[in-house]
Amino acid sequence: MRMPWHRAPQLKPGQPPVELLTPLAVTWLLATLALAVAPHANELPLWLTPLFYAIVGWRGFIAIRGKPLPPRWLLLLVALLAGSGVLLEYRTLLGRDAGVALLTAMTACKLLETRGLRDGVVLVFLGYLLVMSTLLYSQEMLMVGYLFAVVVVMLAAQTMIHQQHAGLIVLAPLRLAGKMAAQAIPVMLILFILFPRIPGPLWGLPKDAYQGRTGLSEEMSPGSVSALSQSDAVAFRVRFVGPPPPPKLLYWRGPVLWNFDGRRWTRHEELPANTPVAFTPEGAAIEYTVIMEPSNRRWLLALDLPASLPPRTGMTPSFQLLRDQPVNEAYRYEVRSYLNYRTGELTATERSRALRLPPRGNARARELAAQWRARDAQPEALVNAALTLFREQAFYYTLTPPLLGAESVDDFLFRTRQGFCEHYASAFVFLMRSAGVPARVVTGYQGGEINALGDYLIVRQADAHAWAEVWLAERGWVRIDPTAAVAPNRIQDGLYAAIADEQTLPFLARRGGGNAEWLRQLALRWDALNTIWNEWVLAYGPDRQKEFLSGLGFGPLDWGDMTVAMVIALSSFGLLFAGLRWRSRWVRDPVARAWQRFCVRLARRGLARSAHEGPLAFAERVAIQRPELAMRASEIGKLYAALRYGPTTPPTAVRRLQRLVRRFRA
Amino acid sequence: MLEGLRRRFESWIFTRQPPACEPVPLTRRRIYILPTRYGYAFAALLFLLFLWAINYSNSMGFAFTFLLAAVALNSMWRAHDTLLGLIIHPGVAEPVFAGQEARFTFRLDNPDPAPRYGIALQWQDRPPHYVDVPAQGSATVTLIVPAQRRGWLQPGPIRVLTRFPLGLLQAWSWVIFERSGLVYPRPRGRRLLPAALPGGTGGGVGEQGLGSEDYAGLRSYAPGDSPRRIAWKATTHGGPLLVKQFTDQARPELWLDWRLLGIDNVEPRLEQLCQWALQADNAGLQYGLWLPGRQIPPASGAAHRRRCLETLALFGSTGYALPASP
Repeated sequence: MRMPWHRAPQLKPGQPPVELLTPLAVTWLLATLALAVAPHANELPLWLTPLFYAIVGWRGFIAIRGKPLPPRWLLLLVALLAGSGVLLEYRTLLGRDAGVALLTAMTACKLLETRGLRDGVVLVFLGYLLVMSTLLYSQEMLMVGYLFAVVVVMLAAQTMIHQQHAGLIVLAPLRLAGKMAAQAIPVMLILFILFPRIPGPLWGLPKDAYQGRTGLSEEMSPGSVSALSQSDAVAFRVRFVGPPPPPKLLYWRGPVLWNFDGRRWTRHEELPANTPVAFTPEGAAIEYTVIMEPSNRRWLLALDLPASLPPRTGMTPSFQLLRDQPVNEAYRYEVRSYLNYRTGELTATERSRALRLPPRGNARARELAAQWRARDAQPEALVNAALTLFREQAFYYTLTPPLLGAESVDDFLFRTRQGFCEHYASAFVFLMRSAGVPARVVTGYQGGEINALGDYLIVRQADAHAWAEVWLAERGWVRIDPTAAVAPNRIQDGLYAAIADEQTLPFLARRGGGNAEWLRQLALRWDALNTIWNEWVLAYGPDRQKEFLSGLGFGPLDWGDMTVAMVIALSSFGLLFAGLRWRSRWVRDPVARAWQRFCVRLARRGLARSAHEGPLAFAERVAIQRPELAMRASEIGKLYAALRYGPTTPPTAVRRLQRLVRRFRA
Repeated sequence: MLEGLRRRFESWIFTRQPPACEPVPLTRRRIYILPTRYGYAFAALLFLLFLWAINYSNSMGFAFTFLLAAVALNSMWRAHDTLLGLIIHPGVAEPVFAGQEARFTFRLDNPDPAPRYGIALQWQDRPPHYVDVPAQGSATVTLIVPAQRRGWLQPGPIRVLTRFPLGLLQAWSWVIFERSGLVYPRPRGRRLLPAALPGGTGGGVGEQGLGSEDYAGLRSYAPGDSPRRIAWKATTHGGPLLVKQFTDQARPELWLDWRLLGIDNVEPRLEQLCQWALQADNAGLQYGLWLPGRQIPPASGAAHRRRCLETLALFGSTGYALPASP
């Protein structure tokens, strides 16, 4: 078994020996890094991915052919070019995307100067960082499975960079790494469940940390909601306690918009209170659990109107739920809502805010509102007048409305007359305010699709919606959805029912049969699986951890209790594991077991074997002290020594030893 | 300072486990384990990843960090298991001259049905020598130990170590064996080989000759002696073999005599004698060795050379007698 790598390293005075990487070790490193960078191929600058793989190929060529590494100046040049390339591409080195690009470039450069064990260790560590950075982009099941596989290959590479482990050939390192990772899973689970979670972030995150999430924004202008209808990404999923309410009542309340500049609706900054805003509920409460996809926004969605607060969440006077931190992880929360309600009085400032309009613009709309008001100043009558306008005139509901000019409301009401929900909501609130009825725009989602497979509701970005609220005496804020006047199907059955050509919708937002329906059903199954993943794994954060562990029946737990529980769980697992191992070793080594039995029997008679005494010496001593046992003891001692130190272990001899020991009576 | 600490540690090891003369199986109690510098770096990396997972509230970030931590734990018992149950046999070394390096060859036995990779033996601060030990097989490692003084050379504590599998942790154990290697004196000295004298001056053996090859007594058998010279009759049953000795009156005798050397110190005398013995042996001469309290009659051949050198090596030591051939 002596191999060339077992030779003594050359010692230079005052310098530790350089442990060189074998070509095989370099190959392992290259393979694992190539796998780790692959998921980033989409986000990296166009020039970087080919550069990285070219360098991987080059380094592989160098390793296999035994060529010298490139000179230092070339290495510096590549590093400089790659670094400045990243800087030019992103104008920074600090953001998420720039960080990943820099990490990739650094890894490529490090490959070109990798020669010894230390470089190998650095590369493996860079590989782990690359795996972790991938999780910033996706934590889906498939990706996590892939990254687990990458980590296994990386562990194999980490074994192989040590030249003394080169005796592991072909797939042996991979088998070993796979076993290690599989055996690590129980401990990982204990840590995952019990390690006390600290709510992040600990320090400022780069601006682009969670970029690339589509979703509702904090403002609304013509076209902003219809843009979302092109995305079938999931916004959130809901499990109801009890039967779900009918679709037409599923108004998921998001940002409430007060301020209008003639084209754009924006929020009014309101302070959230840490108790629910009071209102008078009518009818039964609806209880449900929302599992939100990361949105990078602070608001949480809830049915009109929420009456309870999830942890670390406050409620603004507009009944909007705001969390203390943006939702950057899959987040699960429980809420209680009342679908029928009366809200309280309007303060003077709120009233003036709910009536405020830009000083000029959209003159025709203002004129129309004034006409209505002159006819009947009752708020209910004014609301009806507007809805009748939408219902009876030739207004169309479309995903692709014509562009509107600077006078967006006038343009829409009197010229194009084609719009998506944001056009109707905006025009309606403008008309109401012009007529003297306090009104505001509410954005959020409407409806959703029940996935019968998992018994939950999927709400997609395509379900984004905008509606209006007017304030009426006696009743408070009342929801009016002008879209319902134009396209009642949208509210009853969802977007697909209100759109003439379903093909313009993204695949998963469609419903009606078609050739690809089976594919959609498959997608729904997959979604059911993802929901479990999101709810139980990804959403397992500080809040969920507390809730889950307290729900096990130990009462409320703080982080100290969790630490104790974790230590107990880890040590009991360790003991269990050690016990199993001890047992298997014991069973595996019948020779040791028989010898041990023999020694124990003699020890009971006052003839204990001392630790340094070998089998033959011990047998001799037994023969001197107990001559009547001499024969049998020496036979056992000799046989044991032969089995233990001899070249082979014949099974017949093992059985003979066992028999001898069994019959041995001291 | 560090050297002193090391010596104290070694003497502590000696008290904890006395030198063994038999193969030593590595047991739980004698295996130690500590992170390597890469292990500490890995711990720092894990801490970084943990902070990162907190900062980004990244659930799978936690999962992967914990996975790597659990793998590191797993590698700890794997490193431990790589040594556990391994059987180290005492090192065997051929005799060398002082100033040379002794090569101790150790055998490592693996009784388990799985191979063990990356096990090293290390002597003091020398670089470790790695081997793989196949399943239910064995491997050998040769350690080089400088032999500075004549006499018995005991290598002292040998470190058995492994960094298998990830290099994050080093498990090690100490083994100490009684078995030593013999070190002959350093062959050194400027004096010319003394002249051979007829009849010999040493007064050791065979003064009164009775022919060209006369019987001069018995001595114990040494490897290399002709079987024809074994005194079968004189050899008692079960006792050591005896060999008949003859003197050759016709050939001059060369005595390498302690008394010829007017040097004060013992060691230079022995070194000169050693030098002479080698020169005489090279020249194919018959030579005898005269030392205070011990004389070896003139003879030649490998066995004789070895006997002389061994006698020189052990001169003055407590067991000043012929060593049993290892």
